[in-house]
Amino acid sequence: MIINWKRLSNIVRYTVAYAAITHCTFEYIGDFVLCKGPSMEPTLFTDNVLVTERLTKHWRGYKPGDIIIAVSPTNSKQCVCKRVVAVSGQEVHIAQPRSVANKTKPGMIKSYVPRGHIWIEGDNKDNSCDSRDYGPIPVGLIRSRVVYRVWPLADACGEL
Amino acid sequence: MAFRFFAKSLLYGLPLGITFFDCVGYVARVDGTSMQPALNPVADVRDYVFLLRWGNHNSDVERGDIISLVSPKDPGQKIIKRVVGLQGDVVSTIGYRDPIVSVPQGHCWVEGDHTGHSLDSNTFGPVALGLMTAKAVAIVWPPERWRLLENELPRRRAPIQVAKTSHYN
Repeated sequence: MIINWKRLSNIVRYTVAYAAITHCTFEYIGDFVLCKGPSMEPTLFTDNVLVTERLTKHWRGYKPGDIIIAVSPTNSKQCVCKRVVAVSGQEVHIAQPRSVANKTKPGMIKSYVPRGHIWIEGDNKDNSCDSRDYGPIPVGLIRSRVVYRVWPLADACGEL
Repeated sequence: MAFRFFAKSLLYGLPLGITFFDCVGYVARVDGTSMQPALNPVADVRDYVFLLRWGNHNSDVERGDIISLVSPKDPGQKIIKRVVGLQGDVVSTIGYRDPIVSVPQGHCWVEGDHTGHSLDSNTFGPVALGLMTAKAVAIVWPPERWRLLENELPRRRAPIQVAKTSHYN
């Protein structure tokens, strides 16, 4: 069997080059995300495909209302898709910590999001594990910002 | 012609280099005294460490590893610390608001070796493992400091109670 070495090396070179370009595009510009779970329900549903971008964080930052993809603070192998409710310095209302010892009534208290952190909540408030459970998350956990929904095509829309 | 060749190699070479740094690892300078004596033992000499990213996808760290992570207070800054406790461990703290802390799920407790001169978990509490970017494996510069970084945890800083299994589920 004759192997065309020149052709083979060409194929390998092009594969590596395009794999690297793909990696850089997905890692620094934006990528596609398949959405799972009910926590963003009125806005996003299970099996929706989203386009996310990673560029505007350098000059725009994150603002309340953005939908973001972040690494889950309780499980680093998992990502969560939530809406930013407050950024660092803004105030949020959180459930009052209760204990058996002092029988306080359930209520809300005012709290501030600490520096470098962000407060995220799902749109489906009743069925979402978010900052109300684990508190504000560091901005470093955020991976990208959702800009478009591309699938299903009937619901494709921008600026969610 | 030369310019076209240069532009073409840049177009292919730049993504290749970035991908290599992202997937395999890169060299970074260590600033500050927070990891003395393991890193930067002399005040004015900066160590360069090799940060390994290969094989860190499922973020399996061990107690005693030196890791680099995004600072929870400032997302633009990276810090280098030693892992003291993993999820489920009970660690004694130095100057944190609780004297004893149980590390929550998906978090770890990181500290600089230079106790008292380090901005670490004793200030900002347990950090999420998702903030970890790489593991420091070797000092590469200056040449007389060339060595592999050992996985060692000072006995006085070992967790009070080690979680029975390293994973919750």
